[in-house]
Amino acid sequence: MIRWILAACALAVAAGAWVLSGPDPLPEDALDGLVADAANGERVFIAAGCASCHVAPEADAAVAAPVMSGGRRFESQFGTFIAPNISSHPDAGIGAWSDMDIANAVLRGVSPDGAHYYPAFPYTSYFRASAQDIVDLAAHLRTMPADPTPSLDHEIGFPFNIRRTLGLWKLMAGGPEMVLAGDVSPEVARGRHLVEGLGHCAECHTPRNGLGMADYDAWLAGAPEPAGDGRVPAITPDALGWTAFDIAQYLSTGFTPSFDTAGGDMVEVIENTSRLSSEDRDAIAAYLLALPRSGG
Amino acid sequence: MTRIIRLSVLVAAGIAVAGIASAQSNDPLAAAVKARQSHMQLYSANLAVLGGMAQGRMDYDAEAAQAAADNLAALASMSQRFYWVPGSHAGAVEGTRALEVIWTDGGIGAEAEAFSAAVAGMQDAAGGGLDALRAAIGPVGASCGSCHENYRQSNN
Repeated sequence: MIRWILAACALAVAAGAWVLSGPDPLPEDALDGLVADAANGERVFIAAGCASCHVAPEADAAVAAPVMSGGRRFESQFGTFIAPNISSHPDAGIGAWSDMDIANAVLRGVSPDGAHYYPAFPYTSYFRASAQDIVDLAAHLRTMPADPTPSLDHEIGFPFNIRRTLGLWKLMAGGPEMVLAGDVSPEVARGRHLVEGLGHCAECHTPRNGLGMADYDAWLAGAPEPAGDGRVPAITPDALGWTAFDIAQYLSTGFTPSFDTAGGDMVEVIENTSRLSSEDRDAIAAYLLALPRSGG
Repeated sequence: MTRIIRLSVLVAAGIAVAGIASAQSNDPLAAAVKARQSHMQLYSANLAVLGGMAQGRMDYDAEAAQAAADNLAALASMSQRFYWVPGSHAGAVEGTRALEVIWTDGGIGAEAEAFSAAVAGMQDAAGGGLDALRAAIGPVGASCGSCHENYRQSNN
């Protein structure tokens, strides 16, 4: 009898885990009434740094119409992730995707056939973007060149190669609430949208726990370099010690206030931020200076 | 008496050991690291003038801009072979973020040439007005960043 009860419990737990780990796509009406603005889509594309990961290895990402053929490799403690083709090619890329397909990918980390994406695709930040952003982005992506290079499979070992487990990971990882909560000025709100959402700054600047989930208590307080060598600096106001002007100039030119320059992966980030509007760079600075001190 | 002699020998030995230890802290690799960091500081001090004017942190001054650009060119032309010593990379020597790949991937020469070209452009432009200076500083900064992207460890 006890054996049957235990078996029933195990089955219930397994069924619960199966249900909880399922994909959580957007409601069907999530994009209703939104009209795409491809020009804003290009701003979203640059702010989100799409090209930095999705161009071919060694290709220049900071051009007007980069070829988003994928193939860059990203080492991590869980294995090697390989950026897929998101060019407008109908078979190799995402040329045949609907707006809803793209929105579910970016805002929910769910593929058109209902599988979870790995969070190397930083949807744990992008899910703070707006549906309007994504509709605009989709329109811009369709204007970009098509490339037939097939996407490669990630090189991920067991158990991380079971995508269904990512459903539970997503539930535990938290979000998509804004981290800097509450009413803020329009400029800080714009900066929050860029830093916490599209710009996905925290993906590198916030430490992670053993399961690779952001430690929201150490928001933007610095972290080990993901590739394993060196550290990504803290960018909280006390750790940085920079003025709004210093931050905006750094994002524009790559020069620190002492006229050192950005290095490592931040060089590619600057290639993107230097192409934002000066208002957006000022907004990022205003947001960073509005963060609580890290005490670090 | 013998005891005093023994003690003196021990003290002398101790001094000798201390001497070796202090020689180690002056080792050539540590000196090389210090020298190249000083060279970088000199780039930075001159970039602070040019970048400061470009960013509006200070007023444009053609003479000062030209002097800073000439300094950069002089620095870029100096041989740095005596302080980029093989084996003086991060992990092998304390206090450096220079990555070992500098000495192994063969790309550093092209980086140096790109920097020299950008600095030559700055030398032509710096005294010719603020707009010319602003146009010339982009390639200089991009060249700094290009090297730091691949060859310098990220820091805290």
